[in-house]
Amino acid sequence: MNETAAKKNIKLARTLLLVAVAMFGFGYALVPLYDVLCEWKWIERDRPDAIKKAPELAYKVDLNREVTIEFITTLNESTPMEFHAEKKQLKVHPGEYYTVNFYAENKTNKVMIARAIPSFSPAVTSRYFEKIECFCFSEQTFNAKEAKTMPMRFVVNPELPEQYKTITLSYTFFDNTENQ
Amino acid sequence: MSAVVAEHDEHHADDHHGPAKGLLRWIITTNHKDIGTLYLLFALAMFFVGGSMAMVIRAELFEPGLQFVDPAFFNSMTTMHALVMVFGAVMPAFVGLANWQIPLMIGAADMALPRMNNMSFWMLVAGVLLLASTLFMEGGAPNGGWTLYPPLVLQPITVGKALPFAVFSVHLLGISSIMGAINIIATIFNMRAPAMKLMDMPLFVWTWLITAFLLIAVMPVFAGAVTMLLTDKFFHTSFFNAAGGGDPVLYEHIFWFFGHPEVYIMILPTFGVASTIIPVFARKPLFGYASMVWATGAIAFLSFIVWAHHMFTVGMPLAGELYFMYATMLIAVPTGVKVFNWTATMWKGAMSFETPMLFCIAFVVLFTMGGFTGLMMAIAPVDFQYHDTYFIVAHFHYTLVPASIFILMAAGYFWLPKWTGHMYNEKIGQLHFWLSAISVNILFFPQHFLGLAGMPRRIPDYAVQFADWNMISSIGGFIFGASQLLFLYIVIDTIKGGTGEKVTDEVWEDASKHSLEWTLPSPVPYHTWTTPPAMVPTEHVLDTH
Repeated sequence: MNETAAKKNIKLARTLLLVAVAMFGFGYALVPLYDVLCEWKWIERDRPDAIKKAPELAYKVDLNREVTIEFITTLNESTPMEFHAEKKQLKVHPGEYYTVNFYAENKTNKVMIARAIPSFSPAVTSRYFEKIECFCFSEQTFNAKEAKTMPMRFVVNPELPEQYKTITLSYTFFDNTENQ
Repeated sequence: MSAVVAEHDEHHADDHHGPAKGLLRWIITTNHKDIGTLYLLFALAMFFVGGSMAMVIRAELFEPGLQFVDPAFFNSMTTMHALVMVFGAVMPAFVGLANWQIPLMIGAADMALPRMNNMSFWMLVAGVLLLASTLFMEGGAPNGGWTLYPPLVLQPITVGKALPFAVFSVHLLGISSIMGAINIIATIFNMRAPAMKLMDMPLFVWTWLITAFLLIAVMPVFAGAVTMLLTDKFFHTSFFNAAGGGDPVLYEHIFWFFGHPEVYIMILPTFGVASTIIPVFARKPLFGYASMVWATGAIAFLSFIVWAHHMFTVGMPLAGELYFMYATMLIAVPTGVKVFNWTATMWKGAMSFETPMLFCIAFVVLFTMGGFTGLMMAIAPVDFQYHDTYFIVAHFHYTLVPASIFILMAAGYFWLPKWTGHMYNEKIGQLHFWLSAISVNILFFPQHFLGLAGMPRRIPDYAVQFADWNMISSIGGFIFGASQLLFLYIVIDTIKGGTGEKVTDEVWEDASKHSLEWTLPSPVPYHTWTTPPAMVPTEHVLDTH
């Protein structure tokens, strides 16, 4: 191989290496891009709607329609808590306000900071499920062995499309103490 | 022409040395043939390591209930089998073929960057050893599946101490294949014989050129994704951690942005080898050379825009499901062009059925079946039933085992006589083929039925109604696994002298009309094409000229 050929090879290799480095960056650029795509509803994601506090507006109550709300409570694998809802399910009329109590208890002798993450099924219904009050809006601090009753106040927007008869709302508590 | 080359080598004897003596030769070598041999032997060894893991899986699934291994180890086996086969066997085997064949086929003296070539091989070894070391760690090897999905892979109970080692192993394997890809592109662009235009290149060279670009584009993305896993686990970032505002579904998108091109990284060189071997044994030029090149490019492009068909069930708007469904089906068009061209190449050809050709014909038939089940799963509403069942296991094994693996075998039989100068034992070769071709179907075909009946993948135990087909599948698996020992025997035997029959320079009848390497002496001298060939065979591109 003569010298000019070697130079040409190294130049091309450098360019290709730059492409590889750029693609590594592109992998990270997919993270904000994902949020944008979710916002444009190209990807269905319920969380941004699910942890937003809605203003308490007066809706016309639709007494002819009933929607079943199911509550699921889960603990992330290492969260030492007791956590459940006061009822497993509730039949609601769109437009009417309801309050459901959730109970959570810190089983440890230490202060725990935990975060409840909601998830909806079907995901699109999260847009019509408006929460006025929820323990999921912020992190919750539990003193040692502290038990809390946490009300969740919500309304199902009457604009909820007809085909949705059941909404499943699941909360998972994550122990975030170590990440503070 | 070979006489000219031999004379030429003698003439330059003073500025070229042969291989270094002893073991050190293999460690410090920068010769493309030595490095190709290293890659191929390493891949063969890993094929048996990954294959043994598959045997453990099939033994456990032979009957319902837990017999031999505990569930966590079983899950480690499915995870490690996939990682070893993909990153340790199939990909390195094709890099090995590229190292041996690309310089010979394009009339180059060596790879463009020989020292980087050596480094990329040894980094591969380091990466695979690092991955294998996790088998002996507390908590065992990674067992959350080769896709390394969070949150499963981040949970301490499932990963033990293995995650960081698996992540660094992926980094090393990624760097190794990126270096390999850069080298291949530089070789093809800069080192070609002046007489060879891009559209004169053998299809194997073309498919590798496109594959190399895929590697450079997606391996860094995968490296990024696993780095995010690592920082989520140890440095409290929240890319995928829901508690901190992250989203595990994001990982699936990033992973499959890499993962889908990755499956074409394993299949495009397969297409290239098939397009090289079939014309030789059909004694006809390849049908539709230019359309083969364009189809390869089209498949590579489409591979970037179909990734979410791996995750139809994860939750997407209807428009997304439809888009990914139709885009995926579009891939069947260029792939269909290829299958058509292979068939048309054989049409009315003066065919003979030596072992490499048998493997190629089996590839065309069985890969097409794997492609059809792929089309079935491209249908989003139907995929909801097939998702994560044995149906997908059957699908991708049909596109990998009787496709990539069969073609690698075919390549071994096709080029070993050229590389070693010895002929392999045709009788044992044919026996190997028939055993493999029959048992691979006993192994994987029943898995379609299991999947349609609802048996989930990645489970060590199953409901009794799946027992019969699982037993048949396992029996096929054991026969297939045992048959591969014949291939090992043939490789060793051929290197040691084979049938004792001295092969001619072109080995296969009229092969020198198809590609340059057959104009060189057999065995191929240590240094070749120190002056580029003055003219190149154009038989393989006949209908475009």
